Amino acid sequence: MSGRVLVGVKRVIDYAVKIRVKPDNTGVVTDGVKHSMNPFCEIAVEEAVKLKEKKLIKEVVAVSCGPQQSQETIRTALAMGADRGIHVDVSGKDYENLGPLQVSKILAALAKQEDAQLILLGKQAIDDDCNQTGQMTAALLDWPQGTFASEVSLEGDKINLVREIDGGLEHIKINTPAVITADLRLNTPRYATLPNIMDSLMNNETELHKPNHRTSLCVGLIPLFETVAPEDMQGGTDRSGAMLRHTVLQSGKPKRIILSCLCI
Amino acid sequence: MGVCSVIRTFLHLSIKPKTEARRCVRLLQKIKTEHATPQLYTTLHRRACSTVSTPRITTHYTIHPRDKDPRWEGVEMERFADEADVVIVGGGPAGLAAAIRLKQLANKHEKELRVCVVEKAPQIGAHTLSGACLEPSALTELIPDWKERGAPLNTPVTEDVFSILTEKYRIPVPMMPGLPMQNHGNYIVRMGNLVRWLGEQAEEVGVELYPGYAAAEVLFHEDGSVKGIATNDVGIAKDGSPKDIFERGMELHAKVTLFGEGCHGHLAKQLYKKFNLRENCEPQTYAIGLKELWMIDEKKWRPGRVEHSVGWPLDRNTYGGSFLYHLNEGEPLVALGFVVGLDYTNPYLSPFREFQRWKHHPFVAPTLEGGQRIAYGARALNEGGFQSIPKLTFPGGLLIGCSPGFMNVPKIKGTHTAMKSGMLAAEAIFPKLTAETLDSETAGLHVPEYAENLKNSWVWKELYAVRNIRPSFHNYFGLYGGMIYTGIFYWIFRGKEPWTLKHCGTDANQLKPAKECTPIEYPKPDGKISFDLLSSVALSGTNHEGDQPPHLTLKDDSIPVARNLGIYDGPEQRFCPAGVYEYVPLDTGDGMRLQINAQNCVHCKTCDIKDPSQNINWVVPEGGGGPAYNGM
Repeated sequence: MSGRVLVGVKRVIDYAVKIRVKPDNTGVVTDGVKHSMNPFCEIAVEEAVKLKEKKLIKEVVAVSCGPQQSQETIRTALAMGADRGIHVDVSGKDYENLGPLQVSKILAALAKQEDAQLILLGKQAIDDDCNQTGQMTAALLDWPQGTFASEVSLEGDKINLVREIDGGLEHIKINTPAVITADLRLNTPRYATLPNIMDSLMNNETELHKPNHRTSLCVGLIPLFETVAPEDMQGGTDRSGAMLRHTVLQSGKPKRIILSCLCI
Repeated sequence: MGVCSVIRTFLHLSIKPKTEARRCVRLLQKIKTEHATPQLYTTLHRRACSTVSTPRITTHYTIHPRDKDPRWEGVEMERFADEADVVIVGGGPAGLAAAIRLKQLANKHEKELRVCVVEKAPQIGAHTLSGACLEPSALTELIPDWKERGAPLNTPVTEDVFSILTEKYRIPVPMMPGLPMQNHGNYIVRMGNLVRWLGEQAEEVGVELYPGYAAAEVLFHEDGSVKGIATNDVGIAKDGSPKDIFERGMELHAKVTLFGEGCHGHLAKQLYKKFNLRENCEPQTYAIGLKELWMIDEKKWRPGRVEHSVGWPLDRNTYGGSFLYHLNEGEPLVALGFVVGLDYTNPYLSPFREFQRWKHHPFVAPTLEGGQRIAYGARALNEGGFQSIPKLTFPGGLLIGCSPGFMNVPKIKGTHTAMKSGMLAAEAIFPKLTAETLDSETAGLHVPEYAENLKNSWVWKELYAVRNIRPSFHNYFGLYGGMIYTGIFYWIFRGKEPWTLKHCGTDANQLKPAKECTPIEYPKPDGKISFDLLSSVALSGTNHEGDQPPHLTLKDDSIPVARNLGIYDGPEQRFCPAGVYEYVPLDTGDGMRLQINAQNCVHCKTCDIKDPSQNINWVVPEGGGGPAYNGM
């Protein structure tokens, strides 16, 4: 199989940063917060680059949908070994409404435009944990999908895939073109070293695309009412035995007690 | 047999002072090259650097060189190299000011100049931490139209309050004009945001910024002058062996390299030794500053208010104090923190817990009640001032900013002098770089004009005037003696007295043995105003790649338990603001060992400064690791 691989990379808040809800409860604070490439997207990029190094595919194109800063994420992908980058410019209100369905529509359109043979994505993003984009993209394109991949090997025009599922591992064989989403154990991503970052800065191989009305980004399909932080955890108390006894002793006759379960 | 008895004798002696351990190591290094197999090497080496029961802690290649390590045989160690005109280490106020000034001059005179800035933080400003009350003088000199360009100086100082605190009460001290702590005309800033803005300005004028890449090594020409730097290697496992994804760092060569690593930079430490830059100055003295950002109740918010205090909870002989600044950026945010001089003598003192304790004072707690803490961080700062400024230039490079140390201690401001030093460096270098012929005796440019220009600038005058204030605290009356001295000699005589007081020696030597000191009873954190250490560290967003050698390296793995714990009761478990150092019981049950939680490190450098055995050497971890401060 030869041809082009599209890799989706998402710019998310770094996993080690402590998230804070905005005072007006409309979302989380992102201004100035450290962002980086979604860890599963890193794994997807690494897999694409590995396939290129094995000469099984010809070109790796990194795609990111988001504001201007997404270009940094694409640059990291380029530094890891991608050949080209496509930045789909989505900012402001559109960016806040950007969800898996919109992104998968964009990826489907790009896949047709770029004549991609394979789309590699991370299994989910660590900010919304949706785990939907890969599956939706495959459905829109009517392509087979290999999700939660922990091993990928190309055999002619078919792909042998090992999937991580609840019961263990599943071995499947799917036709190309296909959508694959990467799980944790697929590989260990390489570092984006400084010489490669410098190269990607000099050569500026990122194209800018503006989404058109076909992808209908303007409408947020899922209205977001409110974002709140989870309540603080309370200490647990064992109410089962002691309270019942105490109440009986006090009143002389047993009352109807609803035993509360252990608050963990 | 002879070897074994020698080993036994030296092991017996290795618990004693460092010199014995060093002799032991040297002897065993000689033996190891004759007899070593990989396993024996590690066992012997471990026994050489430790008593039998000390597990190996340090695996970093700066302590255990890779050319002698059999696991590194055959690994490709070639580095990719690139040339620039100027390389600047450190993307803080000084480094960025120097870069911007260089490119301004280059653009003005239509010269091509390649200026590269390497910065270990993942984004510019992520490792920046400061109070801060900025004096805008240097910024106005650098970018006169900073306001139009949107510099984040949004909070002019409106109120200046100074107090001496006792356990329950507060003695107000009038802020007369002329006193160093007076802040009229200054701005309260979130320094991380200012540095980020400076980074954007730098990119606009054509500076190449590389955040996420740490300068790990200084490179030298054949003639000993500085050739440039090399960034850190990546992909080394925790035990020091190469991983599959191992890649060498990159070399950046430059005609001149500026070192702006901030307070107690690790490369600067090497340069001091190599070029003997500290032979004619006093050792640098330091303090640790801990800071938190709080979102407070709007009713308590007084934007533009600056509060400083000294006194409680520190005793009169421990230098330190607090700050609390009300920011005015649209939301009721206050920046508050506590500074403790690192020349404190009681090993039981914990700067973090003093900070938490101070917040409960009746003058401070009401501001914080009902508020929410949103950020935490810590960093060491310079207190040496004028007396501790080293030689600033050497063949191939110069030192700028807080690295040599230009902080005005009584004003607690160092950013304006740091930026000015960066600008003066750029102005001194530019003519030499763009001259028709490169007039230099050494391959790396030597620019002594920088030091000359600095001596003739307001930075020097300012630091000279306040040079005696900090050392004046070393008297029987401590804090009060110092304040009286400041009142007489600075406020009235403007620092013109003909003498220059000395510091007391290095901070590391000031600790008294634990048995001569009383442990301090700290109150438990209440979870609303004061907090425990680990939840604070989580707020700093700090993280490092777990599988890398700990970057807090020990020259000798056995000294922490033998000396630091034995004599000083392990002060590092108290002065580290991130909980990196812990003494835990050995698995065998008898005795303790030092556990280094390198992932928690917030890059404050306090351990390198205050370790009484000077055994800890902080080296830079993989670039991109460390705290993720946001506008601190």
